[in-house]
Amino acid sequence: MKLLSFLFTSSIGRKLIMALTGLFLCLFLIVHLIGNLQLFKADGGYAFNHYAWFMTSNPLIKTVSWGLYAMIILHAVKGIYLAMQNRKAREVSYGVNGGSSNSTWSSRNMAILGSIIFIFIGIHMGDFWREYKFGDEITWKSYTQDYNTQEVTWADYTPVEGQKIYAKDIEGGHMLVAKDLYVEVWESFKQPWIVLIYVLSMLALSFHLLHGFQSAFQTLGVNHPSYSPIIQFIGRAFAILVPLGFAAIPLYVLFQ
Amino acid sequence: MSDTLNINLKVWRQANGNEKGKFESYQVQANPDMSFLEMFDVLNEQLIEDGREPVAFDHDCREGICGMCSMVINGRPHGPKQGVTTCQLHMRSFKDGDTVVVEPWRASAFPVIKDLSVDRGAFDRIIAAGGYVSVNTGNAVDANSILIPKDVADKAFEAATCIGCGACVSACKNASAMLFVGAKVTQLSMLPQGQAERESRVVAMVNQMDAEGFGACTNTGACAAECPKEIPLSVIATLNREYTSAKLKGR
Repeated sequence: MKLLSFLFTSSIGRKLIMALTGLFLCLFLIVHLIGNLQLFKADGGYAFNHYAWFMTSNPLIKTVSWGLYAMIILHAVKGIYLAMQNRKAREVSYGVNGGSSNSTWSSRNMAILGSIIFIFIGIHMGDFWREYKFGDEITWKSYTQDYNTQEVTWADYTPVEGQKIYAKDIEGGHMLVAKDLYVEVWESFKQPWIVLIYVLSMLALSFHLLHGFQSAFQTLGVNHPSYSPIIQFIGRAFAILVPLGFAAIPLYVLFQ
Repeated sequence: MSDTLNINLKVWRQANGNEKGKFESYQVQANPDMSFLEMFDVLNEQLIEDGREPVAFDHDCREGICGMCSMVINGRPHGPKQGVTTCQLHMRSFKDGDTVVVEPWRASAFPVIKDLSVDRGAFDRIIAAGGYVSVNTGNAVDANSILIPKDVADKAFEAATCIGCGACVSACKNASAMLFVGAKVTQLSMLPQGQAERESRVVAMVNQMDAEGFGACTNTGACAAECPKEIPLSVIATLNREYTSAKLKGR
């Protein structure tokens, strides 16, 4: 561990932590977006609720999710620490600031953009994660899928005391009794002010990624005339497409 | 003279590091062919004639190679032109009646000595920590006795053009010295002469850089954009790489 102590004691080490956790969080964004695209399926939430159950009960996923929470916290705490240190490095500020002529807006505002995203994560987890795990207002549904026709039918379900989510094979098909996170999402995104918070947060995420993605590679020491243009292109595409994909969900629900 | 420029100057005046500074306004008539420093010479002559304290500013070679001149002009180190130092900036870059704000490099690691003059001793201490190579004394070695590929020599030379002026620090929103240290580490780590201290050098220089109170790099690219010698941002990636690999090897 002594070999790795520089990650916490030197300026370059702290930047490496920002880069590595940042890239891990980029991977998470991809997984999260792909999972959420199931909200677009018109199956009464069968696929999405099945997925939500899997993501909150599978031991491997649960382990990874604790790692994910740790990464988010580490990225945020180190980011705030670095931003404070960096402020201390210039105690008297300039009378005229020429930042806009030599750097991009997003590169100069990573801390504020990151703070917006961090607050958003809090709101977002309160909306759905907390409600799904601990809320008592969440409704239940039972689904049956016919193997031959692939058709899904569903009905409201009244849970008993200590009700567990379960799925089982039945004759000619499959059935699922689960908490209905799908309808929670649907009801939330029918409220325009929630949609506005989500869309603005995704805009902040987009700008954060616009600088962060390629910046992570620079910190990892990858800067080469052949590879850097590719990294920058992927970074730009990622920063636009991923937040756009997320923002499409509340907008789709609102205008549905 | 029809082509005389009337310049409204707002100059940072600070008696010493302990006093608080403030902007003072002056009017100067400048010839378009004057350098920015010569315009300051005119201002100082006026101030001396009026019995007032002239503005302290650093300058030496006045041909863009010593790295002494250090003025932030309208928010940009060495002024609005790309790839020049303040002494190479001419008054023809400004218009008649322009208001020009002149400030010192602002960084906690570069304390103000007086007015526009700052103490860049932090850079010297970083160099002393590791920015050198060990050579045997005695007869001078034949010029080409150590073979270095042309492209490597070119890359090393590109980094070696750093004049240590500190514009990178002054432009960086974090007052980070990574471009300066990156240029020195890149130059020395690429050449055969620099191999003996390759790992110990980068660790020592980064430790000193951190100890001096420079900020951390957030890859905004402002340093490379404002560098009068146009040192590329890739030297910072090289520094990150050299430092990380030295650390992982237990240095």
